[in-house]
Amino acid sequence: MNAPSFKASSYKSDITPIWCPGCGDFHVLMSITKALAKLGRPPEDIAVISGIGCSSRIPAYTNCYGFHGVHGRSLAVAAGLKVARPDLTVMAMSGDGDGFSIGGNHFLHACRRNIDMTYVVMDNRVYGMTKGQPSPTTEPDWDSALSPGGTGLSPFHPLVIALASGANFVAREFSGNIKACTETIFEAIKHPGFSFVEILSPCVTFRPDEKEWKNQVHEASVSETDDPARAARRIMTDDGMNTGILYRGRRKPYFASVSDRTGDLTTLEQAFEV
Amino acid sequence: MDALSPQAKNVSFAVVGTGGAGAITAGSILLEAAGKSGWYGLLTRSVGPQIRGGEAAALVRLSTKPAACMSKEFDILVAIDWKNADRFINAMPVAAGGLIVCDPAAGDPPQAALDMDCTIVQCPIGELAKSIPGGRENMISIGLVAQLAGLPVDNIMKVVQSKLGSKGEQAVETGRACIAAGMTAASGFNHAYTLAPPIEQDGSRWLITGNEAVGLGALRGGVRFAAAYPITPATEVLEYLSPALASIGGSLVQAEDELASINMIIGASFGGLPSITATSGPGLSLMMESLGLAAASETPIVVVDVMRVGPSTGIATKSEQSDLNIAVYGFHGDADHVVVAPLSVADCLFTGQWAVHIAETLQTPVILLSDQSLGQARLLIDKPADVTFLTQRKTFIAEDEDYKRYALTADGVSPMSLPGQPGGQYTADGLTHTEKGTPSSTRRDQREQMNKRHDKINNFDYGAHWGVCEGDAASDTVILTWGSLTGAARETLDTLADEGIPARLVSLRQISPFPEEALTKALTGARRVLFVEQSHSGQFYRHVRAHIDLPFETRSLNREGPYLIGPDEIASQIRDWKNQ
Repeated sequence: MNAPSFKASSYKSDITPIWCPGCGDFHVLMSITKALAKLGRPPEDIAVISGIGCSSRIPAYTNCYGFHGVHGRSLAVAAGLKVARPDLTVMAMSGDGDGFSIGGNHFLHACRRNIDMTYVVMDNRVYGMTKGQPSPTTEPDWDSALSPGGTGLSPFHPLVIALASGANFVAREFSGNIKACTETIFEAIKHPGFSFVEILSPCVTFRPDEKEWKNQVHEASVSETDDPARAARRIMTDDGMNTGILYRGRRKPYFASVSDRTGDLTTLEQAFEV
Repeated sequence: MDALSPQAKNVSFAVVGTGGAGAITAGSILLEAAGKSGWYGLLTRSVGPQIRGGEAAALVRLSTKPAACMSKEFDILVAIDWKNADRFINAMPVAAGGLIVCDPAAGDPPQAALDMDCTIVQCPIGELAKSIPGGRENMISIGLVAQLAGLPVDNIMKVVQSKLGSKGEQAVETGRACIAAGMTAASGFNHAYTLAPPIEQDGSRWLITGNEAVGLGALRGGVRFAAAYPITPATEVLEYLSPALASIGGSLVQAEDELASINMIIGASFGGLPSITATSGPGLSLMMESLGLAAASETPIVVVDVMRVGPSTGIATKSEQSDLNIAVYGFHGDADHVVVAPLSVADCLFTGQWAVHIAETLQTPVILLSDQSLGQARLLIDKPADVTFLTQRKTFIAEDEDYKRYALTADGVSPMSLPGQPGGQYTADGLTHTEKGTPSSTRRDQREQMNKRHDKINNFDYGAHWGVCEGDAASDTVILTWGSLTGAARETLDTLADEGIPARLVSLRQISPFPEEALTKALTGARRVLFVEQSHSGQFYRHVRAHIDLPFETRSLNREGPYLIGPDEIASQIRDWKNQ
């Protein structure tokens, strides 16, 4: 039997992305479609769910089923979908504002719940769509109109939070390294449970300094682990620029009990008879 | 009713005690036994904010005809103890000629009880319970009420058997002994409030709460996914659905907050499963943004709002009808959607099912406005008829070369493909979009999609389900209400009819889109219309007034919770008005 073969282009829609030239998200889109081609499932069996922000525009640029919802809630939509339709490959897409600020609570509980899905967060350390405000991952001294002189707040550490909250797969990549991104996203999809991939994806418009990221990122010098304590130690001393798969856990994914859709209500109704 | 009076159509009693004393269990057992014997009735709970150790009271009304609301006064009040009684005793006044039974060992009755125009009998409830190994005061109180109201002990024992059977034969025997001791004690009181024999029973009775009925109705409608975040007084909808869904191959997920629960059901429905969540006012407020998403992305969902006293945290355990405004008008933008309201506990079943039918057929969010007075009341009702709707999502079938998820159609409803269907891929979007779903900011796309969503909701045939018209059709006096107060208004009609005062009732089940034509027609010939609603600002009155002309005299009986508007109040308004 010849399985139908898919190319990265099989997963791309005909809509032209409206990201700024040089945006890291172009590369993330490319990596996702390449990873899906490697996975080889037909586009109609993939669902790509997002919230609001530059990165959340991705679903419409794919040829998969997509849901572009409200700000910060992509993980909840994705959770409902995956429980209702365990047969699908479900991916959620987010940015640092959408995922860690307005959607922060869902991030914690998605890690905890461990539903079998993949969460890709394109982290550019800025709110790009609203034209340059500090996000939870922005450096404390980054100057902006909204927070002159910087917020003075320590950045949120997504990988630590993911690990502490129970994510079953934790990785960081750089958008410019398409080969590594593709491989890691592919591994994340294959791994059972909740897989979290942070992709450093530069915003060249509001954070031109991030053009330097390509020179700053480096492959992690230590290999991945299934020991959360070891992963935690490693990530706590991380410079934020280490890439690669950090942690691949063994937690059992959330079990959804959906079986058939034509249940008989007779017994339920009899329970009310006096 | 007086002591030892002839048989009554209604007998009401309250069993009060410290939370955990089993007052609610006693009331439940008596209600179910009455149902087995062919009577109707209902039970409401009065509970304090403490989970244990606060006050708890079971308020029960038994009747020969279906009863929708609690009596204003009680014939019998059994006090297992008087702890915290000052907090709630005013909510259960005993009628003139009524009887208070209390334990002298539990201390003196509170002044409010002494002030009531009724007989107080002392009965050593605690001592009687102690005299039976393993005996409990609440089982003694069952015997007391059974004797006073003339309930058949056989049927009480059948209920006790089913409730306590799992604890062993000894527990059942202990219960039997307690009940017998209570009955013997009460036979010496020289009082009786005997319920008239049941009107001949046709078909079996169901014992169900409004929250359970909404849940079951939703399952009848095809719901197979629920997301849940607990909130009083809606939690029981979710607690009912959890095992019920599991038993029929569905699923419930406990969410981290209401923002998640609403989005989870959007996701599940996008995947093809009819989906529901239940909440109360504070949760509905949190869900508003995503309800708009469901409207714009045309994702069918049902949100049950079991309304409680607001604003803010308000009084979580008491009822109000004050979420009409947010349910109808709380969306940003013009987001056409549907709002419906069950008219009784039994109607929670129908309206729950109807809500799912509308959501699935029109691919729209539907808000169902129940309230605490329906949701947490346990009623004996006639076994409900099976209702069948031809519910089906308009689905995408052929491998259309150029599939358009939001295609403009005659009825405004577009074929909806489901993930997994080849060729049906689209991105559901809250952004203004083209027929294909591609984000757009053109004037034309905005207008076309707005019109389409407006038309599908407003041109749909809601049939006769928009509301009910009851009473004397020739009367020029109308009681106009909605949702849960329909029960009280129905009883008003009976009272007025007995007095020879003609009146009729019009009650709305369909709140939005507003049934302008149907209501205008129903109000033809009206000279006086009394609006009745449990809201401080008269939300319902303003809602009606915004949509139709009111070419008649109007008055409004509207009040905030927690004190429910009852049949007597409505009747006296009508009497006064007619006498002017």
